[in-house]
Amino acid sequence: MTEAGHLRVPQWQTGQLAPVAAAREDVEGPVLTGDARRLAERTIAKYPVRRSALVPLLYLVQSEVGWVPRQGMREVAEILGLTTAEVEAVATFYTMLKLHPCGKYVVSICTNPSCALLGGRALYERAKEILGEQCEHITPDGMFTLEEEECLAACDKAPVLAVNYLFYDRVSQELLERMIEGIRAGHVPEAARGGVPGELKDVSRTLAGMGSQTPPQPDTVPAGEGEGGGAPGG
Amino acid sequence: MAEFEPVLTARWGNPDAASIDGYLETGGYQGLRKALDMEPDAVIEEVKASGLRGRGGAGFPTGTKWSFIPQNTGKPVYVTVNADESEPGTFNNRELLERDPHQLLEGAIICAYAVRCHTLFVYCRGEFVWPGTVLERAVAEAYDRGYLGEDIQGSGFDLDVMVHRGAGAYICGEETALLESLEGYRGQPRLRPPFPAVEGLYKSPTVINNVETLSCVPHVMDRGASWFASIGTEKSTGPGIFSISGKVERPGNYEAPMGTPARELIEMAGGIRGGKRLKAWTPGGSSTPYLTPEHLDTPMDFDSVQAAGSLLGTKAMIVLDETDCVVDATLRFTQFYAHESCGKCTPCREGTWWMERVLRRMEAGHGRTEDIDLMHDVGQNMLFKSFCALADGAVSPIDSSIKYFRDEYEEHVRLGRCPLKDEGRPRLEAASPRSGGTTGETAQELPEGRELSLGEVLA
Ligand SMILES: Cc1cc2nc3c(=O)[nH]c(=O)nc-3n(C[C@H](O)[C@H](O)[C@H](O)COP(=O)(O)O)c2cc1C
Ligand code: FES
Repeated sequence: MTEAGHLRVPQWQTGQLAPVAAAREDVEGPVLTGDARRLAERTIAKYPVRRSALVPLLYLVQSEVGWVPRQGMREVAEILGLTTAEVEAVATFYTMLKLHPCGKYVVSICTNPSCALLGGRALYERAKEILGEQCEHITPDGMFTLEEEECLAACDKAPVLAVNYLFYDRVSQELLERMIEGIRAGHVPEAARGGVPGELKDVSRTLAGMGSQTPPQPDTVPAGEGEGGGAPGG
Repeated sequence: MAEFEPVLTARWGNPDAASIDGYLETGGYQGLRKALDMEPDAVIEEVKASGLRGRGGAGFPTGTKWSFIPQNTGKPVYVTVNADESEPGTFNNRELLERDPHQLLEGAIICAYAVRCHTLFVYCRGEFVWPGTVLERAVAEAYDRGYLGEDIQGSGFDLDVMVHRGAGAYICGEETALLESLEGYRGQPRLRPPFPAVEGLYKSPTVINNVETLSCVPHVMDRGASWFASIGTEKSTGPGIFSISGKVERPGNYEAPMGTPARELIEMAGGIRGGKRLKAWTPGGSSTPYLTPEHLDTPMDFDSVQAAGSLLGTKAMIVLDETDCVVDATLRFTQFYAHESCGKCTPCREGTWWMERVLRRMEAGHGRTEDIDLMHDVGQNMLFKSFCALADGAVSPIDSSIKYFRDEYEEHVRLGRCPLKDEGRPRLEAASPRSGGTTGETAQELPEGRELSLGEVLA
């Protein structure tokens, strides 16, 4: 099928289209060892049915590797007694499970109308300009992945930008430029709520349920793991 | 509007309210105490009598939903809190989680007690890293103080609560997709019946309620059903939090009685930004048909908004002014649906995909007059033909924009470009000012999130 040029490129579509081609990248295993294995078992024990721990375990893989390679899916499949295909079917469904190497900081900018009406799209365009061609995948320095985000449920603070899913309110272009410069130089600014965002690995650990203290576990959490690594602070 | 005392947002100005001490000091867990002294069925009756209807979009009576849970089936009963809030324009669940997590927890515990559930899940939107963490801390505190765990407050009632994080999928807010997701599958909706009340999580009887719905429950128990029912309208009782965003002076969450006219709500939000004229607004997020200035006197309750040709949905008002392009906004909403369609049902998967392309062509100035009817036609083939209501929601902005703003589509075709943009690029807008005060008549300044200053970000 041929089509007009203006139809070919999805203009406001996120980098989420990219992973399909990239999904073939992989890492050497095992990725879940020692502590991570124990955390996996503990997570599974929290649910009435083992399979419910599938997404948390994929987050755990992401917290170890920085993304979710096939090797991680194979290990999760083995732990849960599923096939790799079953795990992959789930992993590919959710946008927060990254199927390709990502920057340490995932920058999400909301371009849904409530934000777009107040500059969200222009902010996204500017971020793309600053971060360069490959930023929707990973920047060459390995620092950033830029994503166009759907409504983040903070529309009163438009336009909203998130760094590893901690939000910054009413971000101007100038602020964006400084933020990116700052992060590059190792100074991550404190978010509007929730403290200074950690790296994607840290946030993934929180999302895996490692920040959760419930139900209270009799065995104590290994030092430093109780609050989900570096994120979120506050 | 008569004197209205904020209910759900009453603690929002108090930064300590998120802690259990702050919550207890301000009357927290009183509703639970009363509930635990009652028979579970009596709690259900009280909630029924309050007239409380679900705030997650569909407006189903909450007490009735709870009464559908069969007992003694030999299976456990589950309660799942829907904290997946992702309907465009909706942001009150997030603020309820951040500012008053115990209020939600208390409501959830009361619900669990009423339906005799001992394991409760909160399905928290993945992007809510911080709100979810606030909630997790509240859960830990509640365990610590005997509001969760075994023998809650000496009542003999046991309950465990677990916060489960989503991973970025709007569809997981739909209740059956949520259950699939929680069970470790792709978040794709199930065919109903069987309804979750009969076969929900792990094929067991399950209640699913929205964050705001459950946040109402402690007040129903504490102050009584008739007090609750005296607020709002006869068929839409109680207070509600209206999320107002887009082109208003002070976007924010505003609490007001259900049935407050849209005009008053927009005035609470400071009116249209920069004194411009209102063009279009959604009453309940992008999935509810646009309304226009002539509908501003519509009382914001379930029935009146429906009578006006739209839906109350999530009470999220997205406001467009005269300088905003309705075609463009509709295109962006449609891109959202195309991206978020789970792909299970053909009318939704294909329909949203094609609609996006036609709209993109239209907005880019390559549209044809026939496209307008084509879109209406495609919409008719999407409506009510899928497992869930995502596709119906996708049709809302398209059909209603054609209904009220057909001339704007025609103008795009005639000019071969968007009439409201410079060289096809979105105009640069300044960010919104401080967000609104939230609490109706007694509008107070709320503690805001940190404002990042330029000076502070390393130069
Ligand atoms: C596509 C779609 C997305 C939905 N998203 C949400 C959501 O994010 N939060 C929510 O509470 N309800 C959502 N709902 C409604 C739920 O299916 C369900 O009706 C609601 O959670 C029931 O709770 P309530 O009775 O307290 O309103 C969604 C429905 C659909 C069709
Ligand atoms: S539209 Fe950007 S947060 Fe809602």
